[in-house]
Amino acid sequence: MRYLPLTDTDRGDMLARIGVNSIDDLFTDIPEDVRFNGLLDLPKRASEMEVERKLSSMATKNTSAGSVPFFVGAGAYKHHVPATVDHLIQRSEFLTSYTPYQPEITQGTLQYLFEFQTQVAKLTAMDVANASMYDGSTGTGEAVLMAHRVTKKNKAVLSGGLHPQYREVVEGLSNMAGDQVVSLPADPMGTEDILSQIDDETSCVVVQSPSFYGQLIDLKPIAEKAHQHKALLIAVFTEVVSLGLIEPPGTQGADIVVGEGQSIGNGLNYGGPYVGLFATRQKYVRQMPGRLCGETVDAEGKRGFVLTLSTREQHIRRDKATSNICTNSGLCCLAFTIHMSLLGQKGLTQLARINHGNAVKLKQQLGAVSGVDVLNSAYFNEFTLRLPKAADGVVEALAEKGILAGLPVSRLEPGKKDLENLLVVASTEVNTDEDRAAFADALKEVLA
Amino acid sequence: MSMNTQGRPTAAGDAGETFRPKTFTGNRGLDMEEPLIFEVGSLENCGVDLDEGDLPEFELGGHARRAEIGLPGLAEPEAMRHYVRLSRNNYAIDAGLYPLGSCTMKHNPRLNEKMARLPGFADVHPLQPVSSVPGAIELIDELAHWLMVSTGTHAVAMSPKAGAHGELCGMMAIKAAHTAAGRTPEIVLVPESAHGTNPATAALLGYKVVSIDAKDDGTVDLEALKTTIAEHTGNIAGIMLTNPNTCGLFERDIKEIADRIHEAGGFFYCDGANFNAIVGKARPGDLGVDAMHINLHKTFSTPHGGGGPGSGPVVLSDKLAPYAPLPFIRKTDDGLELVETEAATKDGEQPFGRMTAFQGQMGMYVRALSYMMSHGSDGLRQASEDAVLNANYVRVGLQDLMSLPFGERPCMHEVLFDDSFLKDTGVTTLDFAKAMIDEGYHPMTMYFPLVVHGAMLIEPTESESRASLDLFVATMRDLVMSAKRGETQRFSGAPYLAPRRRLDETGAARKPVLKWTEPEPAQVTPEAAE
Repeated sequence: MRYLPLTDTDRGDMLARIGVNSIDDLFTDIPEDVRFNGLLDLPKRASEMEVERKLSSMATKNTSAGSVPFFVGAGAYKHHVPATVDHLIQRSEFLTSYTPYQPEITQGTLQYLFEFQTQVAKLTAMDVANASMYDGSTGTGEAVLMAHRVTKKNKAVLSGGLHPQYREVVEGLSNMAGDQVVSLPADPMGTEDILSQIDDETSCVVVQSPSFYGQLIDLKPIAEKAHQHKALLIAVFTEVVSLGLIEPPGTQGADIVVGEGQSIGNGLNYGGPYVGLFATRQKYVRQMPGRLCGETVDAEGKRGFVLTLSTREQHIRRDKATSNICTNSGLCCLAFTIHMSLLGQKGLTQLARINHGNAVKLKQQLGAVSGVDVLNSAYFNEFTLRLPKAADGVVEALAEKGILAGLPVSRLEPGKKDLENLLVVASTEVNTDEDRAAFADALKEVLA
Repeated sequence: MSMNTQGRPTAAGDAGETFRPKTFTGNRGLDMEEPLIFEVGSLENCGVDLDEGDLPEFELGGHARRAEIGLPGLAEPEAMRHYVRLSRNNYAIDAGLYPLGSCTMKHNPRLNEKMARLPGFADVHPLQPVSSVPGAIELIDELAHWLMVSTGTHAVAMSPKAGAHGELCGMMAIKAAHTAAGRTPEIVLVPESAHGTNPATAALLGYKVVSIDAKDDGTVDLEALKTTIAEHTGNIAGIMLTNPNTCGLFERDIKEIADRIHEAGGFFYCDGANFNAIVGKARPGDLGVDAMHINLHKTFSTPHGGGGPGSGPVVLSDKLAPYAPLPFIRKTDDGLELVETEAATKDGEQPFGRMTAFQGQMGMYVRALSYMMSHGSDGLRQASEDAVLNANYVRVGLQDLMSLPFGERPCMHEVLFDDSFLKDTGVTTLDFAKAMIDEGYHPMTMYFPLVVHGAMLIEPTESESRASLDLFVATMRDLVMSAKRGETQRFSGAPYLAPRRRLDETGAARKPVLKWTEPEPAQVTPEAAE
């Protein structure tokens, strides 16, 4: 077996040294009647070439985003990632290291975590950020639990512009934890009255901007009303590139900012692994879930970094911990940090401008197709179309023409008549003039 | 027994207190002092060429960002150097033995990385039409099959994003099953030796955690368990047990524990963090387990990447299977179907909700399946056997010098020592660990499990050769003898030879500095200005 260095001679000698006759003598703690003898009903070992053949044949059955005109967003985005990023994260010292429990020999990991925290804090305009969460959706669930701890209240109000799957994650977790969740109905236009939902029982208001439907939301009045009732504003975003161009949640009064960082440095990966961004105000830092890296000095006075404030965490506080999380998306936040370091604010701003510009062009082209309405007035790189017929059939028809056209809202919100014809469309820097023209022409044909 | 010591000093030298020239750069040879990106980049610089072309008029509706972000950029060569230099300050499994007990640092085959980067897996969107991703759905179903067969269970919830997230998923399924049956038990039993995530998970779901003591032999005290169950009759939701447990021991009474908890109306959650010890040797389904998460990164070697991402699918018994969260894959006569919403469920499917947006950790699934296929049924069993063999080999090599809290019985894939062998030497457990760094090793897990004072948990894994273990054992023996001889300086000041000396963790926690802030410009006194 190519991954196992012991030879049969080694095994025999080692068993003798241990003082047992056979390997099974080391498994005698497993009671005889439940010990598994024989081989699992699975294929035997395969060579490297065989594995490649089998997995490649599965992979080729899928249409990859890069192989077609591609406009699907809704929480995950197709961006170009510089080759340097993937090269660097594959360096053994990053890829095959573990949680930096021994800071003297894990400064590489700790320093990039510190850089990551700084980048996220600056992007969101918040005081502090943690060293990443699993992803945006689970981070949102954790943010709601955190708001409960901070405010000692347990009613969360979720905007109708929140990604439906994020909403389901929050509802599932909060309901199980005994909290109350008020979810507003789907709000494609961004015109809901969330303010009237906020009262003295409210622990937090969760608002996504740009919303699931692409609409940019003014968070300031919501923050103001929330604060009047001693509730927190949790601002959510799924497209971190938007922060290169739009006003960050931190300057709009958000108390916790949660987002998906996949767009920077990380591929689509059919849904994961992704990287959750989580930032908050200084005064709430000890209630924050997840891992934190802090600056310190070593015995010679040199600057160094360590994991810190671990007294919030499960390995010390056990059932009193702020969260049960004991990991972060280390390698994904490394990819984020490298890509963000390459961009800097100059590159990020340019990237965001191109994304938005391409979306405006796409909106103009699609909006000109007969029978198509665009719902959004203010948006970043994603918007919602109302089609003259059910969107899921249109998307399938477009897929047959080789265009992956967006997300029919009914896929995530089935059985809702008023949402049946809605299509969420995203555009990024990867879309070309030809892609857009192909989309518009094909849409015309399908709707004709 | 042979040990290759060619080219190595056979005696410990004086540890680092030799002459060291002070350098202008702060570097020591190839040991680089690397500033933060914020100290080297500039706001005008950028390592990506982007062509804005002709942009149309923006439609941001007054939401444009006004203030500067304040993030410097780096040109590509600078970025490359920065992160390569940082990487060199890291220990990694590819660089040497990483015996972190309970963390399972084994070889990460690069084939897995290559497979995960196939565009058909890496570059597909979770919400593109289902008809355009049949291979992805087939892969998830195939991995689920391997997991169910190797655990002897009926269903698997694939989407949890890490081990602790899997625990949460399993306990949510348990809570949903109780609720569906009209029960509201309030207590979850958690043995003392459990991972801290276990009580944290139970508490997160509103359960009251009741601890169960361990016997002197390091396993669950069955009598204490029975008494506790009797005390809380009718109010027990379940038990969370780690098996093999965190002391590196298999819970011999596991069937009995399962029976007792089932009789009490509770479910048996098994923390599967240590499943790598028993793949092909015992199936959790046969042990009476109702739910168990599998850390794909540990047992099936997806890379840990500095602490993540993980992936924690949860296998479920037939009793819990109906409550598995969305999404899941359903087999039909026509093939495989992805069920994403409650509206698409059928009779008998009662998902408790959703653990995460999208389908979970696809990138990790590819790596894990690649690893499992590479091993096959025969290789997976061999890997477990070798992991256990290697741990016992280390145990036997050190047990006369170090102290075993539970006697000289066989251990599973990790061996637990305590620090009583350091008594009266003036060397602490932490000192001992830091001295291992100077020898080129990542220290073992320390202080955990909590049931043992000064715990030292060593997990060599199946990736280590006999020569590698021999050298490790010899090094450990040398360190122990050195401590016993009273050479305290070798320990108290260690590490001497790492990129950093010991770091002030207390100071870091007292005044947390969690991000870089631009230093204040230096005050220029009038005299200096002249």
